[in-house]
Amino acid sequence: MTTLRALRLVLLALPFLLISMQTARAQEADIPALIQAMGEANLRELGQIVTDLASTGDAAIVPALQALADGNLYQDDSSGAVVIQRGASHLDPLTGEAVDLGSDADLSRIRVNNSLRRDIASALAGMTLMSDNPGTRLRAANGFLASPDPANMPLLDEAIAVETNAEVLRAMQTARALTILRDDDAGIEDKIAAVPLIASGAGRGAITILTSALNTAPEEVRPAIQSALSGLEQERAVWGALQNVWFGISLGSVLLLAAIGLAITFGVMGVINMAHGEMVMLGAYTTFIVQLTIRQNFPGLLDYSLLIALPAAFFVTGAIGIGIERGIIRWLYGRPLETLLATWGISLILQQSVRSIFGPTNQMVIAPSWMSGSFEFYGLSITYGRFWIVIFAAIVFALLLVVLNRTALGLQMRAVTQNRRMASSMGIRTPFVDAMTFGLGSGIAGLAGVALTQIDNISPNLGQNYIIDSFMVVVFGGVGNLWGTLVGALTLGVANKFLEPYAGAVLGKILILVLIILFIQRRPRGLFALKGRAVEQ
Amino acid sequence: MLTQALFRALDKKAIWVIAIFLAVAILVPMANLLIPPGQFGHVPTYLVSLMGKYLAYAILALALDLVWGYCGILSLGHGAFFALGGYAMGMYLMRQIGSRGVYGNPNLPDFMVFLNWRELPWYWQGFDNFWFAMAMVVFVPGLLAFIFGFFAFRSRVTGVYLSIITQAMTFALLLAFFRNDMGFGGNNGLTDFKDILGVPVQAQTTRVTLFAATAITLALSVLVCSAIVNSKLGKVMVAVRDAESRTRFLGYRVEYVKLFAFTVSAIMAGIAGALYVPQVGIINPGEFDPANSIEVVIWTAVGGRGTLIGPIIGAIVVNLGKSWFTTTLPELWLFALGALFVFSTLFLPKGIVGLWKQLLGRRRKPVDPPPSTPQQSADMEKGEDPATFDTGIQTRPAE
Repeated sequence: MTTLRALRLVLLALPFLLISMQTARAQEADIPALIQAMGEANLRELGQIVTDLASTGDAAIVPALQALADGNLYQDDSSGAVVIQRGASHLDPLTGEAVDLGSDADLSRIRVNNSLRRDIASALAGMTLMSDNPGTRLRAANGFLASPDPANMPLLDEAIAVETNAEVLRAMQTARALTILRDDDAGIEDKIAAVPLIASGAGRGAITILTSALNTAPEEVRPAIQSALSGLEQERAVWGALQNVWFGISLGSVLLLAAIGLAITFGVMGVINMAHGEMVMLGAYTTFIVQLTIRQNFPGLLDYSLLIALPAAFFVTGAIGIGIERGIIRWLYGRPLETLLATWGISLILQQSVRSIFGPTNQMVIAPSWMSGSFEFYGLSITYGRFWIVIFAAIVFALLLVVLNRTALGLQMRAVTQNRRMASSMGIRTPFVDAMTFGLGSGIAGLAGVALTQIDNISPNLGQNYIIDSFMVVVFGGVGNLWGTLVGALTLGVANKFLEPYAGAVLGKILILVLIILFIQRRPRGLFALKGRAVEQ
Repeated sequence: MLTQALFRALDKKAIWVIAIFLAVAILVPMANLLIPPGQFGHVPTYLVSLMGKYLAYAILALALDLVWGYCGILSLGHGAFFALGGYAMGMYLMRQIGSRGVYGNPNLPDFMVFLNWRELPWYWQGFDNFWFAMAMVVFVPGLLAFIFGFFAFRSRVTGVYLSIITQAMTFALLLAFFRNDMGFGGNNGLTDFKDILGVPVQAQTTRVTLFAATAITLALSVLVCSAIVNSKLGKVMVAVRDAESRTRFLGYRVEYVKLFAFTVSAIMAGIAGALYVPQVGIINPGEFDPANSIEVVIWTAVGGRGTLIGPIIGAIVVNLGKSWFTTTLPELWLFALGALFVFSTLFLPKGIVGLWKQLLGRRRKPVDPPPSTPQQSADMEKGEDPATFDTGIQTRPAE
């Protein structure tokens, strides 16, 4: 290396070197001379020069070769200097410093053809295979993977011997295996051994590589390729199914959020709350207002506006829910079909109110920075927005279980549900419990509204889009059972996503509805039905 | 047997209702055709069509009342039967356009030409024949109701669950009919009708005739419903409504009673749809919207369920209100409708008809379920058990 550095110093004395140009070609390691020779060489000689340069293994030649391949390498006819043209400036091919060619410069491009470009590409890959930067080495190895050439085998072997980074090593070994597979001189045994390496190492490209190799490979190797291919196809199908499961879970958690409040009012209180969707919608509008306020007054908190909107939406919709219960629903207990009609009327009023205040157009809630983008999880691509909604749904579900099973209010709710008169005799204020239960169900609908701002338009019709699905979830899962709601939501979500590829989104949804109708025939009280005398009217 | 049924059916009230609508079927067309425009008593043609639309809605409300008011089945999907009947009629009208469509194709409706279809799908065959189409108006909703009801009632899906799956049914149909490749015109539905039975749909005489046909059909529907509810079967229906389990234990096949009521009701709804379509000139998937079906329920509830005249009054009054609001105060219509829902469930448990009876002080034996007034509900809330239905939260004991 020191000699090379010295040579580079010598380069500063360019005029001197120009004189000894002819003799320099004989010396293999005389890099500046070789580069200078490019200017005069024909295509054939250029190929020789590229090979010579590549064999020096010096990273300094990379920019020059790259420029040659890109057609950016020029020779100044008047001074004979070889330069890289970048925009309006000219750079020295080895030092990268700007060169002033003077006013009488007359540049002519050094010509390349495709075969030369290929040579350069593989030379470059070989060069960079020894780079200090792992990223550069990985790119080089992938370059070999893209254009395998048996001539590069020694280079690859050399690189593999010293490679320490596991990922780069795998890429190199894959490239080596592919080179063996393509090499006509390689032995059958080696080729067969190479196939699994490619299958495991080449990632998503493995199927394409092996499929194209299948046609050229010798007869004996084909079974190995074929079995590797079918293995890969299977693997791909599994990942596709997993991706579908993830989409289904994410859809299911949205359904769960929308339906779980309904499960409380419908399941616990026996109230068919058709205005539930409007509670979701009001939660979404609360989020919108919160974000608007924050953007105008405290722009620094914009990233946390969703977190601030959560309690706000819960209390706003919860309070409205309590108001509805005290004002209207409490007069209708024991008449579930009438609560259906009254709450439908309420939903119309709420929709029209929101439309009058905010207008019929869609409103926007901007996603905070921590909810935008996506990440890779093995073979799955997961967006942060969906990811957080799934997490959020799980948290809401867990909290609700705790509230129902561990708190005084939960205990009273269950007591009132099981035997209202007895609970009343024991001193439980049943009207208060009713109001709180309805408020809780509505508040959770508000929370669902906050989550939905991230995946749906905020419009007065928002609630309408979810109310039928929510009822399906509750009815499918079995009324009065939170676990049933969870299973129902996830099942419907996943089933929907699995039907979509075969039937299309709309037909898939129709199929789901029909399946639920058929399912209700089998189990009229849902998946997790209550048993006992109380069930029969 | 038949004469007996008719005799029972024609009690005094039913005779009045039928007579009124037969008179309307004669008087309104006369007022339109014989009295020249501008003179007192003339009914403009557009108003005739509007009233015809209301009467078609009244038939639909009556159909719903037969299952809800008399048999206790709250169907939230009756709009589906109405729309299916309407589509059958629409298909006939589509076929009558012939080569007068925009594309001038004698065999295919415009939307099929637009979608590059080569030939008529099999389910469109025969719809150029009026009587076949009329048979389908009855057959398709009836068959759907029969199949749906057969499975639902046999497995004892009741109350709220039945309401919700009927809603799911109409929602599924809504999604299906919105699809372009279903062959029913997709989003736009069927429209641009020209002829019915060889005469132009838009002509004054045709519109008047359609109105008369609707009024007569309404009178016939009242007759049929009256015959049913006054028969022994009708008494069983009321028994099923009030105490289903008890009726079953007495040995009645409850599911067949319900299935009969449901199917007859669906057929009536289908006929209403068939009368509605030529008068408004369009049928589109919006008719399958669950909201529409729920609106029918409110017509019935407002008018008074469990009576024959109630749903007719309800349908006409609410739709008059709708026409008035949507022309003068369009913003307020949903507020008014919503308030109507709340108000009628809270304060009019027996509807306008019930209120009328109360005002006149005529306390007859109630046909409706025992009244459940706000006061009673309040009593229940103070500690009485309001739950005659399942309100069970999961009864897992707290650890």
